[in-house]
This record gives sequence, C-alpha cells and structure tokens, in this order.
Amino acid sequence: MSETAYVRTEMVPSLPAPSRSSGFVAWLRKNLFASVGDTLLTLVGAAFLIWAIPPLYSFFIGNAVPPGGTVEQCRVESVGACWAYIAARVNFFIYGFYPISEYWRPNTVFALGALLLIPLLWPRIPFKRLNALLFFVVFPVVVYVLLNGGMFGLRPVPTEQWGGLLVTLIISLVGIICSIPLGILLALGRQSKLPIIKTLCVLFIELWRAVPLITVLFMASIMLPLFMPQGMTVDKLLRALVGVTLFSSAYMAEVIRGGLQAIGRGQYEAGASLGLNYWQRMGFIVLPQALKHVIPGIVNNFISLFKDTSLVSIVGIFDLLNTIQAATADINWAAPTQAVTGYVFAAAVYWVFCFSMSRYSLYMERRLNTGHKR
Amino acid sequence: MSQASEAVIDRDIDRHNMQVSSTDVAIEIINMNKWFGDFHVLRDINLRVMSGERIVIAGPSGSGKSTLIRCINRLEEHQKGQLIVQGTELTSDLKRVDEVRREVGMVFQHFNLFPHLTILQNLTLAPIWVRGVPKAQAEEMAMMYLERVKIPEQAQKFPGQLSGGQQQRVAIARSLCMSPKIMLFDEPTSALDPEMVKEVLEVMISLAESGMTMICVTHEMGFARQVANRVIFMDQGQIIEQNEPEAFFSNPQHERTKLFLSQILH
Repeated sequence: MSETAYVRTEMVPSLPAPSRSSGFVAWLRKNLFASVGDTLLTLVGAAFLIWAIPPLYSFFIGNAVPPGGTVEQCRVESVGACWAYIAARVNFFIYGFYPISEYWRPNTVFALGALLLIPLLWPRIPFKRLNALLFFVVFPVVVYVLLNGGMFGLRPVPTEQWGGLLVTLIISLVGIICSIPLGILLALGRQSKLPIIKTLCVLFIELWRAVPLITVLFMASIMLPLFMPQGMTVDKLLRALVGVTLFSSAYMAEVIRGGLQAIGRGQYEAGASLGLNYWQRMGFIVLPQALKHVIPGIVNNFISLFKDTSLVSIVGIFDLLNTIQAATADINWAAPTQAVTGYVFAAAVYWVFCFSMSRYSLYMERRLNTGHKR
Repeated sequence: MSQASEAVIDRDIDRHNMQVSSTDVAIEIINMNKWFGDFHVLRDINLRVMSGERIVIAGPSGSGKSTLIRCINRLEEHQKGQLIVQGTELTSDLKRVDEVRREVGMVFQHFNLFPHLTILQNLTLAPIWVRGVPKAQAEEMAMMYLERVKIPEQAQKFPGQLSGGQQQRVAIARSLCMSPKIMLFDEPTSALDPEMVKEVLEVMISLAESGMTMICVTHEMGFARQVANRVIFMDQGQIIEQNEPEAFFSNPQHERTKLFLSQILH
C-alpha cells in the first residue's frame, strides 16, 4: 500500500467533553485575577465600591427617615432621604387631584388592568382571544366610564383632576397599544407599490420623526385650539394622547420596516404562489417573522415612550413626575432632602416599569427563540 | 450551481397516466417580451403547453429560463405580448392573478418554507385561507400529501429541523395541497446536497406519473431524458431550440445548444 492510502477499521465513539476546572478559587482566578490587568481592574473596582457604598447606604437607609417619621426628623442637619414625605404624599403621586372619596375608581382600574394584563402576558394561560378582547376593547371603555364618571350615578371627574401615576400609565398604555397597529400600517404603506399611499406614509413618518415631542405637545395644546371653531374644545389629555401616539407610531413604523426588510423575497413569493392575497401574506407570513426580529427595537420604543410621557407636564398635565415636582413646593414638608427624595422616588418608579418591560421582552425573545443570545 | 448531473433514475417509469392532451391547452404564450429596466430579458417567447406535458427548460445562467416560468404565475410581469394560463389571460387585474396562482403551484430553488410555522401549518395555510377548506379536512389532506412525499412523521416539526431534501419535498407537498393544475419547478434540486437530489427527483417523477402538467427549470439532464416529453433550450432570453428529449440530446441542431450540451455532458 502507498503512504497516502488509509482505511478506517473502527469508528471513534463520541466521548463526553472534558470537565472544566471548577470551584470558587478557580472561578476567582478566571474571572477576577486572570492577568495583571484584570487584577488591577478588580482592585480599582473594589476600591470604588468601598468608597461609594457607605455614603449611599447612609443616605438611603442609615440616616434616612423611614415612612411614618415626622417632618421635624427630616429637618435635622445631614439627614438622609425623607421617606416619610413620600409616604405622606404617595396618594398625590398616584392619583393627582382625583377626589379622595373617589379613589376606589382608579383603584378598580388598576386592579382590573392587572387582572387582565397579567394573564395576557403569560403564555401558558388559555383564552387569549377572549382576554385580548376584554383588555383591548372592553377595558378602555370601562376605564373611561369609571374614571370620567357622569354616568351610572358616578360623580363626574374631569380629566384635569386626573394625575400622578394614573395618568402616566394611561398615556403610556394608550401610546404603546395604539402605536403598534399604526406603526405596522405605516411601515407597510411605506413599502407599498402604490405611489399615493407610499408618499403619504413617508411624509407622515418623516414629519413626525423630525419634530421634537415637546413641539408636538405644544402644538396640540396651544395651537390646535386656535384653529378650532369657537366654543369647541378637545380634552387636553386626549390631545396629549393623540400627540404621543402619532409621534410614537412614526418611530414604530421605522423599527418595523427594519424587520420587514429582514424577510427574504422568497417568503413573499412563496405566499403569492400559493394564492394568498396581500393581507394574508402580510398577516400570516411576513409580519409574524418581521415583528419577532424587531422585538428589541419595539420594546426600546416602549421604554422610551414610557419615559417621554413625563413631557406632558409642560402642557399642564399632572403626570407622575409633575405631581412630584409640584409637591416639592409643599412647605409642610419643606426639608433639605425633600426634593431629592421625590426625584429618587420618581426615578425608582420609572425604573421598575421600564426594567420589567425589558425583562419581559428578553423572556419573550427567548421563548420565540430569536434575537440576541445573552 | 449550474452543475449538471445525471442522477441515476433506477426504476422504470410508469407511463400509464403520462398522456399529453391534444386539445386541452394549459398555457399559451404569444410573443411575450419582458425587460428588467433596460435589459431585454425575454424576447418574443412563443410557447404552447398542453395539459399533461412535462417540459424541461435548460440553458446557461442568465438565459431567462427562471424569469420565464416566474411570469407564468406572475411573480414577474411581462410588458408585451400575451400570456394565457388555463384560459385566463394574465394582466394587471389582481383578481385574475390570484385566480391563476390558485391553479399553478410553484417550487423554488431555496424551498421558501415558512420557518415560523410547523410543516403541517405550512401545508394547511393556503387551503384553509384561500380555498376555505375546513381545518380538519385540510390537515387530513396535508397528511396524505406528506405520506406521498414520504415524510408524514415530520408533520409537527419546523422547517429548520429538516434536511434540505426533506424541506424541498415539503415544499412540493405544500403546492400540491392547493390541488394545482400546473406545477412549476424553478431549479428544485440546485440548492441540495448531492445525496438529497435523488429523493426530490423521485417525488417529481411520481408526480409526472400521476399526469401532472409540469414545467421544470433544471440541470438534471437524466430527469429531462426520462421524464420530459419536450426539452426547451434558452439563451439570451430566447427559445433557441426545442425537441423531444431523445432527439434533443442525440442530435442538437443549433450551435449554441451543441456547445451547451458538450459542456455539461461528458
């Protein structure tokens, strides 16, 4: 036989992979002290934590006045966060100027919303269709009737009195829920072969994207009434809702367009060759894949929309941040850390909501087995 | 991609049902022309396909053969001439386009299965939504076709879990679920590993044996020889030569055809 000829007589069986070195010390060595540079960074990091943690601790916990404390305790020199103030004013932060005797109405809305939203987001729970119908169609009507009153013997509460977290949640939810379908339509329209539809969609998207949200809100609340016939008014909150929704749908459209472009021509063609019409092709084949691709971008928009709702304060709507801002003028609670504590509280509330959205989207991505692997 | 092979077809073909109708015209193409921008991609195409014909279109890449069959279900628009499929002339009228697409199945080089749907859902989507078939009945039919392409056990899997050959067989089954009168194949085996070409050709042969009208763009000359009743050779957007396979391979007339055949057959 020549040198190069070879015939295998036995197949190599598959063996388990070699076990990694493990244990705490190995972990430390691998992750913290792998090299001189790593060791140095570890030490710098440790030094930073030692420097930063004690003052933070004493501000937020150590020297802080716990809920139930008095304003006198908050007026002591070098006092920490005044949680007592937050606890005392928390109703204002949640309900704004909503009449205290009617708090049960927003509370019912919160409870109902959670009751409908949680099973909707939980994939394993059945009856999704009914659930969605209740949440997207019935719930908004109930919310309006309940909060606004004037029907079924409920005392009318004009939207000027709504406020706090309630308004922040209303604006964000309406913005999020309405901007998705609008964004889808705009994205599809932008890809349309029909010139009029395409031009309209491009104009809409480019117009709204190129204008700051503050401008949109100003226009909606100050300019719009000037063009309206005398005596006709549109509710201020409704105007803000429409402004935020349209603004966010333009952004949504561009994110979704990115997803549409990731779908190969073959998918459209396969759908067409089976005789599916345009809406069937989009609805069954293209959009399910495209939207899955852009979940991170869509949630990114949700998060930024949620925080942008704080801008409605400049047109005089008392959202969460604006109520907190307004409460800093409360001289009954005037204290060195009153304002700071309020803003920390606002930041914490925003963070909890945004972080939940972020985690939920990661969970959804993993479930749909797509997107970035962490 | 354009590598021709003579995959072994190691069985006798049952020609009992393979009859070409002499009266029933499936597709009529009259003086059809198409441009991509300024590029004249199809020039004066004239072709009449009778019911039951098995036509293989061959030719070098860029000769317009894929474009030609893509015009037949209007994935591409022609700009001049007439194209009549099953008695319906293709125009910009979307209703007619949908009508034609319902009757014409197509199999693509890259399968184009819907990756987010299971195999069964891939097969039942169009029957349910285009034909209005009840779900249970559509699934029953889908299973029947999956058995015909010999992969019923894969019904609940997703396309990404299947081999290329299996995916292409699913794609064929998916088209068949719409009970088409005509099947178009656009290089169905070109993206497959050599080991999988045979299983797809096998399905195509059995389809031919059932009497289906087929137009195949393919480099499988063995298939052309044994299954086709007519081979069409295209170059530069034109039909250069067409003949029965026997005569086409043994006695090509046009210089271009001779050159092509000498390069792909050894």
